[in-house]
Amino acid sequence: MRAIGIILAGGSSNRMRELSRKRAVCAMPVAGFYRSIDFALSNMTNSHIQTVAVFTQYNAGSLNEHLSSSKWWDFGRKQGGLYVFTPAVKASGNLWYRGTADAIAQNLEFLKSCHEPYVIITSGDCVYKMDYNKLLEYHIQKQADITVVCKDMSADIDTERFGTIRMNEESRIEEFEEKPVVARSNTISCGIYVIRRRQLIELIEKAQAEERYDFVRDILVRYKDMKRIYGYKIKSYWNNIASVEDYYRTNMDFLKPEVREHFFREYPGVYTKIADLPPAKYNVGVSVKNALVSSGCIINGTVEDSVIFKGAFVGNNCYIKNSIILNDVYIGDNTHIENCIVESHGTIQANSFYKGENGIKIVVESNERYVI
Amino acid sequence: MIKKEMIAMLLAGGQGSRLGVLTAKMAKPAVSFGGKYRIIDFPLSNCINSGVDTVGVLTQYRPLRLNSHIGIGIPWDLDRNIGGVSVLPPYEKSSNSEWYTGTANAIYQNMEYMETYNPDYVLILSGDHIYKMDYETMLDFHKGSGADVTIAVMPVPMEEASRFGIMITDDDKRIVDFEEKPEHPRSNLASMGIYIFSWKALKEALIKNKDQSGLDFGKHIIPYCKDKGLSLYAYEFDGYWKDVGTLTSYWEANMELIDIVPEFNLYEEYWKIFTAGDVQPPQYLGPDSAIERSIIGEGTEILGEVHNSVIGPGVKIGKGTIVNHSIIMNGSVIGENCNIEKAIIAEKVEVGSNVQLGAFEEAENETKPGIYREGLVTIGEKSVIPDGVKVGKNTMISGETVAADYPDGKLDSGRTLDKGGAAE
Repeated sequence: MRAIGIILAGGSSNRMRELSRKRAVCAMPVAGFYRSIDFALSNMTNSHIQTVAVFTQYNAGSLNEHLSSSKWWDFGRKQGGLYVFTPAVKASGNLWYRGTADAIAQNLEFLKSCHEPYVIITSGDCVYKMDYNKLLEYHIQKQADITVVCKDMSADIDTERFGTIRMNEESRIEEFEEKPVVARSNTISCGIYVIRRRQLIELIEKAQAEERYDFVRDILVRYKDMKRIYGYKIKSYWNNIASVEDYYRTNMDFLKPEVREHFFREYPGVYTKIADLPPAKYNVGVSVKNALVSSGCIINGTVEDSVIFKGAFVGNNCYIKNSIILNDVYIGDNTHIENCIVESHGTIQANSFYKGENGIKIVVESNERYVI
Repeated sequence: MIKKEMIAMLLAGGQGSRLGVLTAKMAKPAVSFGGKYRIIDFPLSNCINSGVDTVGVLTQYRPLRLNSHIGIGIPWDLDRNIGGVSVLPPYEKSSNSEWYTGTANAIYQNMEYMETYNPDYVLILSGDHIYKMDYETMLDFHKGSGADVTIAVMPVPMEEASRFGIMITDDDKRIVDFEEKPEHPRSNLASMGIYIFSWKALKEALIKNKDQSGLDFGKHIIPYCKDKGLSLYAYEFDGYWKDVGTLTSYWEANMELIDIVPEFNLYEEYWKIFTAGDVQPPQYLGPDSAIERSIIGEGTEILGEVHNSVIGPGVKIGKGTIVNHSIIMNGSVIGENCNIEKAIIAEKVEVGSNVQLGAFEEAENETKPGIYREGLVTIGEKSVIPDGVKVGKNTMISGETVAADYPDGKLDSGRTLDKGGAAE
């Protein structure tokens, strides 16, 4: 592959509500056993990209723990590897990353020291599978300066938190609006870009000199008429998880057979850190219908239309419906949980009742755990 | 100079013919267990959990599955710069080339490997038991007692003692005598086939006995050490330890895992069992599924009913199918509206729809009554079973079978239907 990869994994999001207290969005658990960044990392390795840089800043504990070894994604190699860049104290000053472009600017030496002619940039909070080789081919064929991956969203999806795009017949981007108040297009930018490495260095250096720090606003939007910026439509599954509603919807999508087929079975797969948990166990009096259950779980009650993440314990006579139970949650007996997301490592006492009335309720409980 | 205090030698070369068709294509240590694992995962995980990071795995019978499972040892953190896991098959020499003719002979042939690490102690393990054991504690006992050889033993019920090699000890656990499968046992301490040798004692015993044909630890090396007056001690182990050498004990050990609090607990945090899994996604249970008292592996899709069973990773069970008291291993696909009772279905088997396994009155198996018994239906890996057939108890099926193999759509109890197994 003639490209290096950059994964932008910096951010928190108010739209994640309580879920972002503990971790960066990219470290959110997805589909029972992945973390969000696994999709970008797996796409990189499956596209034979050998060198990948991850830029992280906000609450990176979970993320760093997840990336403690790069071997799960096959980056533990002599050539290339996985590099995690957090803001550092430098001779030139000690600044946080003031934006995505600034994150790249502060680590420009890394970009300069590579020899691959192209860079694939992706955000780490999207759930998708993509062969970046095809994207790069398209980029070269269009003789583009920058190619932006985009997707037509269905009308019922709120596009306001994305960048919206309008293209001409040749797929050249004519309009690019970041987080518009009123969206004039339902084609959105997926946060995945291809750019020539030297071009990127040049643009970043220019932005830095002008004290501009955001990749989308200060490079894509600002240069859209001067540079040849093209759109590449992704036809397969793509979803961003950076709001509670989208996070919930994305997880629930995995209850559909075609989504499971796409991510769980079609080659090449999506990889993640191995947890070495025993298989899930079901005791007497269990009823589980239309649900995903991960390894290490022990189920005693009723679970319907839900996703249960790794190592969860569901007590006797519980009723769990339309909910997402994150990693290592303990749920005491006779508990009712409906339309909820239960934060990881939580301990729910017996006889509790949680129900999301208008929308999704986020349950954060850190009671003492006596059992297990 | 490289120095490892204790290295382990894991004997994984045997076929395990009492597991019948399960070991037709792979060595016993590679057989799946407990919805996720392979038998060899237990001793390998015990090694790394005990701080033994140098393990030689001796292979001989059908090693392919074992080799690809072990790889370079990543799942067990046994990929090391110095030490780690090494697979040791028999090899050609300028003279005296031979297969591994016995347990101790296999170790003798790998003297050079052991000497590389300059060990003080060598731990001898076998790859066919399910247990969790801290070998470091056993080593402490070995050092503390000043033994040359320590044999791990397990108290068994007196009436079963005549099935084992029995150690007779004095009050200090020093072994004063031993007897192999005695009719009238004088003790109930059964040898678990786990030994720690002080390196000097092992080396000397192996060299002295190298010309013995079929050189075996139980038959030759241990008696030799005792006759020579070395000090032999018994290390008593009182945890869960299960030999899964026969189909029925293999089935039982799996079934024990589904008890509410099983005697052998896989859910403990501090002594994890590691394995090389190619499937990881969560399992999916469909809108009409029913499930009870079962453990289910990763990535499995269940649309039917599963009761009292151990289902491996990547299995698919169709709508309307009922599985009871059965073991279904990695990647097998079961069609719709089947009824499966007390079956062991090996890896990547395809069972059609409307199939009934475990039907009819029980009858003794025609070819191997000692193996295919207790009503079990055993199906070899990559077998195919066509739609709509009924299969009786104590049966064995191997290979791609078609409707014509089942006169009147059935296979009577006690029959063996061997179509040579699937192509390699």
